Amino acid sequence: MKPFLLVAQREITTRVRKKSFLVMTLLGPVLFVGLMLAPALIAMSSETEDLNLIVVDHSYVLPGTPKVEGANLAYFDPKEVSEEQALELVRTREDVDGLLYVPESINSDPEFSLQNAKLYTEGTAPLGVASELESLLERFAYEGKLRHFGVDPAVVTKAKSEASVQAFELSDEGSEASGTEIKTAAGFFAGILIYMFTFLYAAQIMRGVIEEKTSRIVEVLVTTVKPAQLMLGKILGIATVGLLQFGIWIALTALAATAIGSMGLLSPDPEQVAALSAAGQAAPELSGIQSALGTLDSLNLPALIGMFVFYFLSGYLFYGALFAAVGAAVDSETDTQQFMLPLTLPLVLTFILATSIMENPHGPLAVALSMIPFSAPIAMMIRIPFGVPWYEVAASMSLMVLGFLGTVWIAGRIYRVGILSYGKKPTYADLWKWIRMKP
Amino acid sequence: MNALTATGLHKRYASHHALRGLDMEIPHGSLFGLLGPNGAGKTTFIRIANRILAPDEGRIELFGAPLGPDATKRIGYLPEERGLYKGMKVGEQAMYLAQLRGLSTSDAKQRLRAWFERWELQGWWDKKVSDLSKGMAQKVQFITTVLHEPELLIFDEPFSGFDPINAQLIREEMLRLNREGRTLIFSTHRMESVEELCSHIALINQGQNVLHGSIQELKDRHRSGQFVLRYRSEDPTSLNLPEGAELTDHRREAQGIVAARFRAEIDDASRLLAALAPQVNVYQFEEVVPSIHDLFVQTVQGA
Repeated sequence: MKPFLLVAQREITTRVRKKSFLVMTLLGPVLFVGLMLAPALIAMSSETEDLNLIVVDHSYVLPGTPKVEGANLAYFDPKEVSEEQALELVRTREDVDGLLYVPESINSDPEFSLQNAKLYTEGTAPLGVASELESLLERFAYEGKLRHFGVDPAVVTKAKSEASVQAFELSDEGSEASGTEIKTAAGFFAGILIYMFTFLYAAQIMRGVIEEKTSRIVEVLVTTVKPAQLMLGKILGIATVGLLQFGIWIALTALAATAIGSMGLLSPDPEQVAALSAAGQAAPELSGIQSALGTLDSLNLPALIGMFVFYFLSGYLFYGALFAAVGAAVDSETDTQQFMLPLTLPLVLTFILATSIMENPHGPLAVALSMIPFSAPIAMMIRIPFGVPWYEVAASMSLMVLGFLGTVWIAGRIYRVGILSYGKKPTYADLWKWIRMKP
Repeated sequence: MNALTATGLHKRYASHHALRGLDMEIPHGSLFGLLGPNGAGKTTFIRIANRILAPDEGRIELFGAPLGPDATKRIGYLPEERGLYKGMKVGEQAMYLAQLRGLSTSDAKQRLRAWFERWELQGWWDKKVSDLSKGMAQKVQFITTVLHEPELLIFDEPFSGFDPINAQLIREEMLRLNREGRTLIFSTHRMESVEELCSHIALINQGQNVLHGSIQELKDRHRSGQFVLRYRSEDPTSLNLPEGAELTDHRREAQGIVAARFRAEIDDASRLLAALAPQVNVYQFEEVVPSIHDLFVQTVQGA
């Protein structure tokens, strides 16, 4: 077998057999699914625990509404029950969880009692309940005022209308719904994946190089494998491990999501939706989902995935080679700091600028960032769903290829000298000398 | 034929000129000692011979052909700073290194099993390297160096870092490999191991080969015409010297033994002994031959 393949093979077998690989591979999907499930679980848990509240309302705004979201309301006559007595009830009675107290207005200013209402509860009151009560008070005060001015609240309700503006993009093939949110999300998600993968696995390359250097095995290795081959074997081996892990994550997450989906937790079950839309409540949301699915169709998924794979791999190669060079230049991981900054800075910066790119995906900043190989993998993935002219994609890809060939070459030169240099921590000037030095 | 021939090697690093026109001839089948003070260029030369570094100038040939990519299969190399992957299993690691040297999986396994048996390491195949004692790890490193049965073996300071028992083991292995017809090069600054082991040496100083040849040749070349006669007597007695000989020192050396030192013509040993023998009760007569250590110090200080 070719030495280069042997190196890659060793990277794969030793890494895949590590316990940490198994743990990360299994834990990843658990985390993802946990994140997906969290909102549903939170919603479920809050539904089950309605608070039982006593209402003492001096302003008589609330006309006896029995329930708001998250709380049952029991009304007491403010003439008979004082604030203290009501609080005593809350403390002594097991089935009473709290008190909503609306004070008497001063100088017959109705706003005063509204603005000074108090909610006492045993333990912390859920945020949702307080805001529900606020909107309840506001609504009834509003209707009361309308009536006071001689307007029928029903007329106001009827006079209201809802408008919705849908954005369309004009192109030669006609117009299509733009679905900006979905595009933003798709691009951003792809960007995050590339960012994570690069940091996670490029750092592993660096650690692997440092390990070979500190254990001194590298001197035996370079007699049989050229340094460049050793470096590339390592980079490709770790990439394979990373892709394998990503593959397992995606497969397991998808499996778990389908399993959970079939239990009706994630996507609303069709009967429910039908019932809801019959009641005229969920209709806007439903159309939103449909248009989102339409946008996904319009994204030209195969091309998107193809681009993703390209930028994913070229970005990883670009940074992986540089991280390998850093590993070769230093003696221990603590010495990497000074060389890491110029590598992590562009990645982090692109990430910070992601919002600006999304706001103006065809602006000069976005175009520039998607051309520079340091930022192109993330910047271009964010831009692609918004439609990028083919020549820009071609230019960016060519620069990316040149970029990683360049970093692999430079890293190879630094690596070659660095792996055999011990002791003195090199400076940037030393690295420059190494790059120009003959082998 | 030479196992290794180097002509006019130059190697410059960023801050210093490590090799300055180094010539080296390492005869086939020799056990070759590479001597020199620290920083003389020994390791640089060894790295060039292993194709880890390329010379800036000069030529280097392995068995009469320019040193090419295939050379690594004919060379075994034990660097001065040596190590193994700590987290990897012993057997797996040895297999990996053997395969890198071009051995097939089955060959590598078979030979490794034999070596592990010889050195009683059988139980260690599935142990992690981090669990090995230092001596054990050194044995494993040695095995991986010679496993592919190379014609030329290069050891950089092989005895440094080895405990005395393993150092002896390595010494015996080196002699055995040499008897089998393999050429061995080893660098060292320990002179005693040189006279005991080597058939040839070269002395490198400041990037140049300042002294080289077989041990006998060197000793012959550095004869200085000094002789010592030890005879039985309580006190020095007056001696009648033949023409051309000069007494340089004459004293009681031990109980009942007196030593007389002479300077004479290099080939005068027989004439000198013939003239002196009748005068005293001879205990010992010898030509003073410089030790390799003396040559080393002389040459380095003279430079």
